[in-house]
Amino acid sequence: MPVPWLTILTLLPVAGAVIVRLTGRNGRTTRAVALAFSLAALLLTLFLAGHFDKTTAALQFPERHAWIPALNIDYRLGVDGLGLLMLLLSAIVVPIAMAASWKIESRTRLYFALILLLQSCLFGTFTALNFVHWFTFWELSLIPAFFLIKLWGGPKRSPAATQFLVYTMVGSVAMLLSFLAIFLATHNFDFIELAQLAQTNTLMPVVISTLGGYHFLPHNLALFIFLGALLGFAVKVPLIPFHTWLPAAYTEAPTGATILLTGAMSKMGLYGFLRILLPIFFPQMQAVLTPLLWLAVATVVLSAYAALAQRDLKRIFAYSSINHLGYCLLAIFAVAKFTGGDPGLTTQKFAAMNGIMLQMFNHGLTAAAIFWFIALIEQRSNGLRTLDDFGGLRKVAPVFSGLMGIALFSSLGLPGLNGFISEFLIFKGSFPLVTWATSISVLGLMLTAVVILGVIQNVFSGPLDSRWFTFPDLTTGERLALAPIIALMFALGLYPQLILSFINSTSTSLIQHLSF
Amino acid sequence: MLAWTIYISFLGALILLLLPKSSTTLARVVALVFAVAGSAIAITTFFQYRTGELFTIVRVPWVPTLGIEYLLAADGISLTLVLLTGIVAITGILFSWNIEHRTKEFFAFYLLLIGSVYGVFLSFDLFLLFVFYEIVIIPKYFLIAIWGSTRKEYGAMKLALYSFIGSAMVLVGLIATYVASGLHTLSLPELVANAHFSPQFQMWAFPLVFVGFAILAGLWPFHTWAPTGHVAAPTAASMLLAGVVMKLGAYGCLRVAMTLFPLGLAPWSHHFLFLSSWRDVFALLAVIGIVYGAMVALVQSDFKFVIGYSSVSHMGFILLGLMTLNQIGISGAVIQMFSHGILASLLFAVVGRMVYDRTHTRDLPTLGPMNLNKVIPFAAATFVVAGMAGMGLPGFSGFVAELMILIGAWRAFPGLALCVGFGIIVGIVYVWRAMQKAFFAGDDLKPSPEGDSAQPRFEGDGLEPVHPTPATNRALAPEGHCPPISSPERLGAIILICTSIAIGLYPQMLLKVITPALNSPLFTGLRGGAW
Repeated sequence: MPVPWLTILTLLPVAGAVIVRLTGRNGRTTRAVALAFSLAALLLTLFLAGHFDKTTAALQFPERHAWIPALNIDYRLGVDGLGLLMLLLSAIVVPIAMAASWKIESRTRLYFALILLLQSCLFGTFTALNFVHWFTFWELSLIPAFFLIKLWGGPKRSPAATQFLVYTMVGSVAMLLSFLAIFLATHNFDFIELAQLAQTNTLMPVVISTLGGYHFLPHNLALFIFLGALLGFAVKVPLIPFHTWLPAAYTEAPTGATILLTGAMSKMGLYGFLRILLPIFFPQMQAVLTPLLWLAVATVVLSAYAALAQRDLKRIFAYSSINHLGYCLLAIFAVAKFTGGDPGLTTQKFAAMNGIMLQMFNHGLTAAAIFWFIALIEQRSNGLRTLDDFGGLRKVAPVFSGLMGIALFSSLGLPGLNGFISEFLIFKGSFPLVTWATSISVLGLMLTAVVILGVIQNVFSGPLDSRWFTFPDLTTGERLALAPIIALMFALGLYPQLILSFINSTSTSLIQHLSF
Repeated sequence: MLAWTIYISFLGALILLLLPKSSTTLARVVALVFAVAGSAIAITTFFQYRTGELFTIVRVPWVPTLGIEYLLAADGISLTLVLLTGIVAITGILFSWNIEHRTKEFFAFYLLLIGSVYGVFLSFDLFLLFVFYEIVIIPKYFLIAIWGSTRKEYGAMKLALYSFIGSAMVLVGLIATYVASGLHTLSLPELVANAHFSPQFQMWAFPLVFVGFAILAGLWPFHTWAPTGHVAAPTAASMLLAGVVMKLGAYGCLRVAMTLFPLGLAPWSHHFLFLSSWRDVFALLAVIGIVYGAMVALVQSDFKFVIGYSSVSHMGFILLGLMTLNQIGISGAVIQMFSHGILASLLFAVVGRMVYDRTHTRDLPTLGPMNLNKVIPFAAATFVVAGMAGMGLPGFSGFVAELMILIGAWRAFPGLALCVGFGIIVGIVYVWRAMQKAFFAGDDLKPSPEGDSAQPRFEGDGLEPVHPTPATNRALAPEGHCPPISSPERLGAIILICTSIAIGLYPQMLLKVITPALNSPLFTGLRGGAW
């Protein structure tokens, strides 16, 4: 029997959470144990990446067992390039989040146990291939996230946590209802099998012929089912206008949790778009593509514009996250626009698809790094983090400013750093497919540049406030911890093949799936 | 072997009565030992059970002139509920560890109740079943009337009266069955196999017996005994009441009413409004119960009433699942019986034992400022987990049960399924509201722990962070009056939570015994080719 690697990977953080709860009251031990477990998970993920066959788009490390035969539900796991990339990202982001939370002093054990539980839910979401199984992890991830915000957050944490939970819950309920409708017709919850049904264009006809007899159901049932599923993911990513929970949640959450929210949890939504919505619902997506594209454009442009108006660093990068993930949404809708195997379009779609996945990884890495720097600023400034509080930090903390500058430039999309390649691929791929939408979205790129340059100017340049004469630079430990992340940004910027080699086959197969 | 669950419990009750009055600790230990022994039998039998067939445990003539037998048997459904009873019995004793007033009588009544509940689930002779069913009422009444709180005499009397009315209806139905069948027996398997009741007879006998049992299952509008009874009862009794006794009603509906009179569910010859059979009527009442229970729970200010009404709502799911008459729906109903038994026990344990016994109030606005999530974090965590499980979060038993019932209901009554969806959403809100008000409200009254006050400040060279003194969170807490959560409570909570998660992650554990039971000859009439 092959080793159930993915199950082991998913359960490893749970074991960590239990052990963390059992550690003594000494915060140091707790943190060390938690970090050790997250690093062990990272090593295991790297090990899986090493054994991953890059030449095929097939699902690897598969596990399949009957689970609830009465409902035709299997325990089915597997990762393709996309899944593996997300596992890697989660495994990288979690240690960053822990490092950024190093100074948490109240209820330390619970805090780190919740982070580990969240990691387990992330791993579960990115490996499950059956709706019920996947949905379990998708929903369970809300609980640790909710309590991280609720118990350790800023002054307005309680409404922020509740808003976060209610929005996501409503999206999830809509999605659950959609999949129940599909299940009633097909007696199937398996993503891969449903995608095959969709490809042969038999899924929705079956659903309509089974459920169409109920006169109280809407006439265009297929569209409503799609919209229900879309809502769940649109809230999570988010897509404007379902984003309003996000700035509050990201701002009020303790910065370690913000890193998890933006670095990993927002990718759960995009992963859903690629794994579930695109393969299963693409005909319905095409039917409402124009409005969706408008929403994606609005997401890109308005969020960048909103970031421009903020003074709180966390809020700025909350909006900037929406902007960066908006590019992914734009490209996803662009890819969905044309079916058929036109070779010219296929090249564009391939570029866009690679760009989406790369952008997911890059944004996770960069955003995690930036929020870590914000956490370091907060620790040094006793919680202050608005643009107006700072200035001239370059003079007292050159290393800090330099490294944070690199992360900021990566977010801006400077060539040579990781952010550039993915945004370039997205725009290169989307422009020929949906020219108008891509053209307007360029506005978002420019606004983001203004935002980030504004941050650099306000925080690092200008006159130094007397309060910060003693602003400590990065300690040796912090430098050592940050070095690999900055190095990874350069590495991906100069040699994107490092990631692209994992996802090429998956992109190709996804695009083939959409061409018939 | 399984019959010993009954005898051991009764024996335990007897031994407790013989103990000297002063030895409270001994009484607890004895009660626990007997409960554990009963559960151990239940658990071993459950995991040994393979075939899926109905198996007879004891069969001896009892009143030969009337054809009444002492017939104990079990199938997958009985086993599931016996397992539930075993688990709830142990945890109920763990959560009653602090009973000081007439301890041995308390546990004697408790074991008497447990024994007769086992009896009901294992009786396949209807007369025997009825006898056990009646015995249940007596300890139930005394547990509430002697050890209860808030209007305990009223609660106990209301519960007893409702139970007696239900029993009377059942008794009339049983006598009619005995006469109408002409088989000179009340053995359920024989009646199902050989009695051919006329459709006209079934058409009035079914609702009579069904409602008789469903009163105890909290069928709207006969549910009003449930919240008052739960609230008045001492913790262990509310756990048993919500966890097990309400299941007796649901079990009776399925085992007796539906199995004996399947044609009672057939369509009427005429329509009345949009209802065309008893099945429609009871499904509608069940859905009203789901939505009404949830909405009433939403506006309660007494913490225990929130849980009491949530039980009405969750029991509605069971009755709806039974009325779907398809395999998914009925399996879901049985899983929901198990799941709700576990979760309702847990919720009542948190509210009654962990919170009320420490704070002496159940008023949500009063509990809020006590900042209980800091004072008794274990209780807060338990309530969060139990609440999530109850609202149907995936990974817990409630989700599987509700999912199956919803799928079954969608096939049978698509319009009602939509109303159930609304009920589920209200369910999320009331759990959330109760959790927020009871455990986390105080948290919002003080400034952030990390954001502004507890952040380390740097001074001097800035390399050595200086931590401010921790904020005084406990200013509002009843410090000094609040003993920490004891080990029996922790153990009980952990047993229940683990059970719920186990079923949530691996529902096949129950389904593998429920499915064959539903496919057995007992349910031939009910299946009617429908599933």
